Amino acid sequence: MPAVEFTVNGQPVVLHEPPSARLLDVLRETLHLRATRLGCGEGECGACHVLVDGRALAACNTPLAAVAGCEVVTVEGLADDAIGVRLQRAFIAEQAAQCGYCTSGLLIGATALLRREPAAGEAAVRAGLDGHLCRCGAHPRIVRAVVRVAAESLSA
Amino acid sequence: MVASGPSRTARLRVDGDRVTVRCGKVELGQGIHTALAQIVADELGLPLAQVHFDAPATDTSPDEGVTSGSLSVQDAGAALRLECGQLRQALGREATAHWVGQSVPRPEVASTVSGAHRFIHDVELPGLLHGRVLHPPQMGGQLASVDLAGVQALPGVVAVHCDGDLLGVLTDGNRTADAALARLRSSVAWRCAPSAPAAEPVTRVVDEKTAAVGLPARTLEARFSKPWIAHASIGGACALAQWSDDGRLTVWSHTQGLFNLRRDLALAFAIEPGQVSVRHVPGAGCYGHNGADDVAFDAAWLARQCPGRPVRLVWSRADELAWAPQGPAMVVDMAADLDAHGRLLAWRHDVWSLGHSARPGRAATPALLGSWQTAAPFERPATIDMPLAVGGGAERNAVPGYDFPAWRVRAHRLQDGPRRSSALRSLGAFANAFAAESFVDEIAAASGQDPLRWRLAHLQHDPRGMQVLQRAAAMAGWRSTPRPEGCGQGMGYARYKNTGAWCAVVAEVEAAALLRVHRLCIAVDVGLAVNPDGVRQQIEGGAVQAISWTLKEDASDPASQMLRFSEVPQIDVLVLESTEPSLGAGEASLGPTAAAIANALFDALGVRVRDLPLSAERIVSAMDRNL
Repeated sequence: MPAVEFTVNGQPVVLHEPPSARLLDVLRETLHLRATRLGCGEGECGACHVLVDGRALAACNTPLAAVAGCEVVTVEGLADDAIGVRLQRAFIAEQAAQCGYCTSGLLIGATALLRREPAAGEAAVRAGLDGHLCRCGAHPRIVRAVVRVAAESLSA
Repeated sequence: MVASGPSRTARLRVDGDRVTVRCGKVELGQGIHTALAQIVADELGLPLAQVHFDAPATDTSPDEGVTSGSLSVQDAGAALRLECGQLRQALGREATAHWVGQSVPRPEVASTVSGAHRFIHDVELPGLLHGRVLHPPQMGGQLASVDLAGVQALPGVVAVHCDGDLLGVLTDGNRTADAALARLRSSVAWRCAPSAPAAEPVTRVVDEKTAAVGLPARTLEARFSKPWIAHASIGGACALAQWSDDGRLTVWSHTQGLFNLRRDLALAFAIEPGQVSVRHVPGAGCYGHNGADDVAFDAAWLARQCPGRPVRLVWSRADELAWAPQGPAMVVDMAADLDAHGRLLAWRHDVWSLGHSARPGRAATPALLGSWQTAAPFERPATIDMPLAVGGGAERNAVPGYDFPAWRVRAHRLQDGPRRSSALRSLGAFANAFAAESFVDEIAAASGQDPLRWRLAHLQHDPRGMQVLQRAAAMAGWRSTPRPEGCGQGMGYARYKNTGAWCAVVAEVEAAALLRVHRLCIAVDVGLAVNPDGVRQQIEGGAVQAISWTLKEDASDPASQMLRFSEVPQIDVLVLESTEPSLGAGEASLGPTAAAIANALFDALGVRVRDLPLSAERIVSAMDRNL
């Protein structure tokens, strides 16, 4: 089986797995990065989003081959990301999670959003997170947390 | 300093300055362990950081029933206060008042955002096998044929199990399990008979208040409905199970009722409850009786094929939507007799529904899906409604909280059919409050009165109810300014279960191509709020879920969607200050939110839509009827 090489949270990885393997399974099972969650399994809910070269992608329907040569970032790596770490703090400050199952995907989605649009306003944040579902209804707090980080970058 | 040497009660163990709480109530993301820790810290005069919770488990925790009904702060909080009082005396400590009433952050939020939080899907055990089950495509479906050998031959397959109409596969990896399940699914044929027609509903008078009232000048009538609603948690139901060589069973589960599940597992496998240990591990969001207990049976059933090996079983999204219990569809008929001045003389509320309680632990046979599908199947227990004294089911919040002179409330329980109904957040209260509070709005409009004033006039006996209404109205600037074209403001109110938290909601909506909610103003009285921000989280979360149910959801409609971020309005929550006994917050906002939105739609367009969800098609056809 040909090797697939990429980086995860800054670390180089060389894997001999089928190119069609789901990125989600590779992250959770081969690499033991358990914070990326399986939600709907069909790319509809956002729970499994990871950063691939800075863009948020659903790991549940991304094949391993698609990330060859890419930089992959999961929630476990967000503490080393300038935007990600601020989002993590803002989520705590706003208590922006209930069960927390959707949180990993939302942090990744919000990181990608603020990379594209560092000073996103509330409407842009809401629209930017529309690919994510949260069943507990933590939306108002999640939006506040992301807008808080965007506002910081505006005043920085 | 706490006296040296450990001291303990049933729920508490004090060791030095550290207290460990053994609590039968489970953490579901609702923040119950944080709130209970605040109570314990104050009762024992300790820093909050010194209060720890053991993971709830049947071997070590007191049986505190099911974590449901917005009762944990009331019940477990009271039990802990009592035991803390005993310990405090024994230890010669002083109670403090530092923590209760503070918005303490939940520690799980920090571990969730760092990625360290572990759900049941993430538990790793040595020698773990991965399981999948295949249930029949519908209730009563029978296995016609299956090619087990083809599945058995797949790489990584450890065992294939066929037991009556229940099929399962055990593999050495998660991915091979998915592949084996796909193969199993494609190699099986089912025989499905049409389901028998449902028996006649059973009618019972829930409550009746009689008075000598004059003859009505007119009677208003209206019929309301809500569809089936799915729990639709973001993560699938999941469990781990392991049998020991001497026939003991250990189950890891995100169930709401550890002891209830233990009892039904023992029934299902014909062993003593003492031979079963159930340990709680957090799952994805829980809003009532979902598939957690069923998947625990499935895991134990499959793990029995490989004693000594732990098995993790995860339900697919298809299993979840096809087989997990859902909140049943309901119809509510309202009628009111008015005198010539528009005064209400008598009120009638009739609710039709399947039962709302099918939880394990309560019937002669296991309430576990798979146990009805094996070669020696158990009978499926009847779905019931709990007595009104413990909250009721379909009739929850059907008895008026207003001071009407006379009323009759009846519940018509439909008999079980092919779909499973059980407890979904707020049970019947969602439909009943939606119907009753919409109907109040209709009566007020029919007699030319302001709906706020109408409600207040009928709540003179209940100052706490009046207060939440007045405070929510003040927050929203109740009908103080003209609403723009297509915009409306509406109100909904209920005291949850008639015995719980008082909650009033004012909704502002805009009805264009779609109905949009722009803002909710919510006032709630939960008595003493142990953790006010925790209360706000529960009230907000309940309101968002209720907006989703009200505007969009119907589990019978394949196109049904959940609310998205851009559809969630601004939500302002006021938690009233109070020193009265604490009441639960998890379910209080749902019914009032639905009614407030429907009433705001009427204010915006002058039409009533009495069937949920309030879809664009329904609004348009209501407008057509109005022309």
